[in-house]
Amino acid sequence: MSSVISEIRKDYLYNLLLRGERADGRSFTQYRPIEIERNIIKKAEGSALVKLGKTQVMVGVKIQPGEPFPDAPNRGVIVTNAELVPLASPIFEPGPPNEYGIELARVVDRGVRESGAVDLDALCIVPGEKVWIIFIDIHILDDCGNIMDASSLGAIAALLGATVPASRFGLGDDFPLPVRDIPIATTAVEFGDVVLFDPDIDEEAIADAKLTVITKADGIICGMQKSGPGMLSEEQVYRIVDIACENAKEIREKFLE
Amino acid sequence: MDERVFIKDGIRLDGRRFDELRPIKMEVGVLSRADGSCYMEMGDNKVIAAVYGPREVHPRHLQEVNRAIIRYRYNMASFSVEERRRPGPDRRSYELSKVSREALEPVILTSYFPKSVIDIFVEVLQADAGTRTAGINAASVALADAGIPMRSLVSSCAAGKVDGQIVLDPMKDEDNFGQADMPIAITPTGEITLLQMDGMMTRDEFRQAIELAKKGCQEIYRIQRKVLIDRYSQFEDLQDEGSRR
Repeated sequence: MSSVISEIRKDYLYNLLLRGERADGRSFTQYRPIEIERNIIKKAEGSALVKLGKTQVMVGVKIQPGEPFPDAPNRGVIVTNAELVPLASPIFEPGPPNEYGIELARVVDRGVRESGAVDLDALCIVPGEKVWIIFIDIHILDDCGNIMDASSLGAIAALLGATVPASRFGLGDDFPLPVRDIPIATTAVEFGDVVLFDPDIDEEAIADAKLTVITKADGIICGMQKSGPGMLSEEQVYRIVDIACENAKEIREKFLE
Repeated sequence: MDERVFIKDGIRLDGRRFDELRPIKMEVGVLSRADGSCYMEMGDNKVIAAVYGPREVHPRHLQEVNRAIIRYRYNMASFSVEERRRPGPDRRSYELSKVSREALEPVILTSYFPKSVIDIFVEVLQADAGTRTAGINAASVALADAGIPMRSLVSSCAAGKVDGQIVLDPMKDEDNFGQADMPIAITPTGEITLLQMDGMMTRDEFRQAIELAKKGCQEIYRIQRKVLIDRYSQFEDLQDEGSRR
């Protein structure tokens, strides 16, 4: 789902890229400025507002007791949902999540789940009957490009500051949500031979293929998703993975540790 | 996490080595109403793909003035898995439909058919890890069978990590209890059109997995090519007879 972009703007961006430049002056691997505000929603157990350049994403975490899955009776549950609300972009429409929203939520979920970031074993209340359920709800507020990375960053930031509200449910004292890892998603798009990290809305509109790489604190890759109707060469994939690991490390150290 | 052993003396539970695909069976033109179709078995996966179009777009507002749109519907039969699945699309199938469409879209010459749609329907009849890749393989052949102009076929398979080793084409048990799963789709010239990964891999393992999956895809490509040639050389013979008469 990409927005309309004028031919003249496209030409301009291409010409810049040929000279090794981007419209906002960043290098090809450089992220836009990141700002994270944590725990700003009082009613949520954890929350984060992420600004990635002009892109804004709010993530709220609600934690409630509920039933475990039958195949994991002693483990907490993670439910991730994303809403591309129409306030965030002229091309978002009201209604149930479409495939873009579903993909976004599932990739963010993959990062949190596969990295083992949340210690789900510590979230059992009554084995087989009651466990803590963590709802991660992603609300896109302003889509100026790369909502994937912003959402993923918001999710882990919100989880890191979240409190399990045990006392509210008469289940003992509140305790901080046990978070053991910090998965970071980094996304790049390709144009011919060039790969651009953290694409803005115009760069997304002219790119065909996008690759998101999620890495853990120890540098291990825990999730990946190619998206968009284009192709990537093997070399491009390797290059993106290598740079993604470095970018993720930097973001993790600067904003979340 | 699990103490089961999946690889013993280099041999997997079903007797394969780490770099072997499960047995593959493909058949072209299995449906008569569809413009193109293909049935595929990859181990215990059984999928069938149909292609309709290029045809008129309904609803009309979806049409594009300069190209055909592609729609891809990945659907699992309720009886395809151990526990009955609720019929209809769930969030997983929405995602798989999207990435599968995007795996095929780059090779289809959509600009030849403005204002039309090419519909691809994939039904999973039996599932055993690898249904999305089987679906893409079958759909790619079904597109060719429908006579849709394409730059090339697309071939797809997964590599995974089991017992700490990178293996080709994991089956259900290996996928469930393994440490990682990475489906890819690739053109014969090596362009990657689908890439997903979940689980954990180091960068080196990731490279190994890509190399292995690439080899698997090349093998599948040879089979896709062969079934198409077999199917259409029949017609060539008939045509020769016709012209002689």
